[in-house]
Amino acid sequence: MSAESPVAHQFEDATQQREAATLGMWVFLATEVLFFGAMFLGYTVYRLKYPEVFRLASEHTIIVIGTINTGILLLSSFTMVLAVRAAEYKRRLALITFLCITALFGIAFLVLKGFEYTQEIHEGLFPGSHFQFTEADPYTARMFFYLYFLMTGVHALHVTIGVIMLGIFALRAMLTLKLERLSTAVDLLGLYWHFVDIVWVFLFPLIYLVDRHS
Amino acid sequence: MNAIATPQAAPQPPIHEPNYLVVENTVRSWLLTTDHKRIGILYMISITLFFLVGGAAATLMRLNLLTPQGALVTSTTYNKLFTIHGVIMVWFFLIPSVPTVIGNFVLPMMLGARDVAFPRLNLASWYLFVGGGAFALWAIIAGGVDTGWTFYTPYSSTYANGHVIAMATGIFIAGFGSIATGLNFIVTVHKMRAPGLTWHKLPLFVWSMYSTSVILVLATPVLAITLVLMALERAFGIGIFDPAIGGDPLLFQHLFWFYSHPAVYIMILPGMGVVSEIIACFSRKAVFGYYFVAYSSVAIAVLGFVVWGHHMFVSSQSIYAGMVFSILSFLVSIPSAIKVFNWTATLYRGSIWFQTPFLYVLGFIGLFTIGGLTGLFLAALAVDVHLTDTYFVIAHFHYIMVGGMVMAYLGGLHYWWPKISGRMYPELLAKLSALFIFAGFNLTFFPQFILGYLGMPRRYHAYAPEFQVLNVLSTAGASILAIGYFLPLAYFLWSLRYGKVAGRNPWNATGLEWTTDSPPPKHNFAVVPVVTEPPYAYDPVAAEEALAAERKQREPAYVR
Repeated sequence: MSAESPVAHQFEDATQQREAATLGMWVFLATEVLFFGAMFLGYTVYRLKYPEVFRLASEHTIIVIGTINTGILLLSSFTMVLAVRAAEYKRRLALITFLCITALFGIAFLVLKGFEYTQEIHEGLFPGSHFQFTEADPYTARMFFYLYFLMTGVHALHVTIGVIMLGIFALRAMLTLKLERLSTAVDLLGLYWHFVDIVWVFLFPLIYLVDRHS
Repeated sequence: MNAIATPQAAPQPPIHEPNYLVVENTVRSWLLTTDHKRIGILYMISITLFFLVGGAAATLMRLNLLTPQGALVTSTTYNKLFTIHGVIMVWFFLIPSVPTVIGNFVLPMMLGARDVAFPRLNLASWYLFVGGGAFALWAIIAGGVDTGWTFYTPYSSTYANGHVIAMATGIFIAGFGSIATGLNFIVTVHKMRAPGLTWHKLPLFVWSMYSTSVILVLATPVLAITLVLMALERAFGIGIFDPAIGGDPLLFQHLFWFYSHPAVYIMILPGMGVVSEIIACFSRKAVFGYYFVAYSSVAIAVLGFVVWGHHMFVSSQSIYAGMVFSILSFLVSIPSAIKVFNWTATLYRGSIWFQTPFLYVLGFIGLFTIGGLTGLFLAALAVDVHLTDTYFVIAHFHYIMVGGMVMAYLGGLHYWWPKISGRMYPELLAKLSALFIFAGFNLTFFPQFILGYLGMPRRYHAYAPEFQVLNVLSTAGASILAIGYFLPLAYFLWSLRYGKVAGRNPWNATGLEWTTDSPPPKHNFAVVPVVTEPPYAYDPVAAEEALAAERKQREPAYVR
């Protein structure tokens, strides 16, 4: 396969290549759903088993940051769609702009999440050796924070990967001469970004909102 | 020749380019190859090495069990041996065996494609596999693991000595190799089929690989995250499985078997695909009930996801859950039985040709049937209470995995060896080894059914004296089995140089892979094949007539 040819040797034409890549991304996302699914299952099991302790523990999460972050990710999905559209119409400037805005939203999410983590670690809620929780059984509360840090951490890892990819794609959009070759790739990145967004849409109510009184 | 089999597409025009084996000769060209055929070979070499490691562990176990006291190794060493045997054989031999070796090699060719959809991902999957394997081997060399291949918590997460985390890391990494292979195959089957090759013209091997890939993609990530949770619990003492910290060990078992039960179908479905190909070719007859055999693969993949609880009948799971899982487990036997009956019906009025691949397939059908029927014993709640964790279970799943999958893998290797290497294996020796394997296998594992029924528990390095005779028989069988496994290793290597040149289609088979050169050129086909025929367009009557004519030719003149 020469670097210049837009269609790889195993494909007959660009349509086949695009369809294969798109299906591949969907299959990958199915794998991701199951990967997160096991953690969601674990969380659900213990939420139902220890509803009171999990409620008390969940009130220590910072709902303001969680809510703002939800808004940020939803907005970023919108700008991602605009980037996909711009790539489709080969509008270079718009593409670069929207990729960068989406990446900035992602970074804003991570920064805010970082503030929240810092605050929680400061309060001794990180499930390590300095963990302290006085309102309820500390072991069970620790389990809540373990699941909280694990699930949001794995999600944040996915956001980070997405931000890096957005940056790389913005650079490619600046440097490449043929924008049409980027169109499929931006489309797939969009799928990934929406998936990461959707995971958060499930995480937010399950962690921050369920049975919350304060 | 053409009267007895119509290929799915016209044979390729003469191909004047070097085959995939010799097109480039540097080590680099092998290690960085994106050719699906070379990646198949890389996998073949690596899983053979892992098979030897897992086999060595099994040999030591069987030798130890010659005497009731377990004279050879201590109980700790024995625990490590069965863990090594389980982990290596399951994740580093059986799961990759047919999919990554035969699947990688023939699947794109069966579809008339130049390669899989994502060749670089395909190479990456091999590196993930080898990287994971390196972790597992390091864990073994550094002192081993004694948890068994199931890593049950809280033993694995809290109490076990040894390198549990390294072993789990190896499986975690290799798991992503599996996912990559599954993803690649799904997309390849959907998007890379040759013109005219509709879903209902696909060879049944493709259907079974497709179903397997769905399981690989949907089940493996659950194992990955479960192992992560277990390893975190072990490393930091924080988690959700250990009852001492408020967790529930049953949750681990649910998550583990949600992967590992579908995974046992990863370890049989590909073999079923191989059997369908071989049985049609060597009975010169289309597979009976194509649609039923095809969709039963899908049914097995789907039902396989909802039966995991039958591993937990005695794990304090709710009795009602047990009853549901029992019924569902009975259901999964229906598509399996459909396959067995349809293969048998395929033989009826076929023109049987007893070549080595066919011998393996006959072995498969018989042994898989025994393994499957004893599975029904275990799916029945009351019987399972008696048989849980006994040698009956060991015998049952070895009849499926070794009697089924390993037989199918070897049968497939013999069947496609002419395509892979361009040479024929020595037929007589191959038949002999197939018989060794069949006899050795039964002598090894049939006594274990009886041992289990009598109450000998699995995973113990010592046993009650009255079990000795059956254990000695089992070990004797294992040594015959070992001879049977070493023979192909030797004569396949021999045939690379001295084997008869095979030609394009030594079996006169119908699949697209047989319309091109043996070994195929780098991109498989000179022109894209256009599929006009259904699979398995064999004519058993014409085959019999051709044989009768040939026999007449060979008769001495005075008889004629």
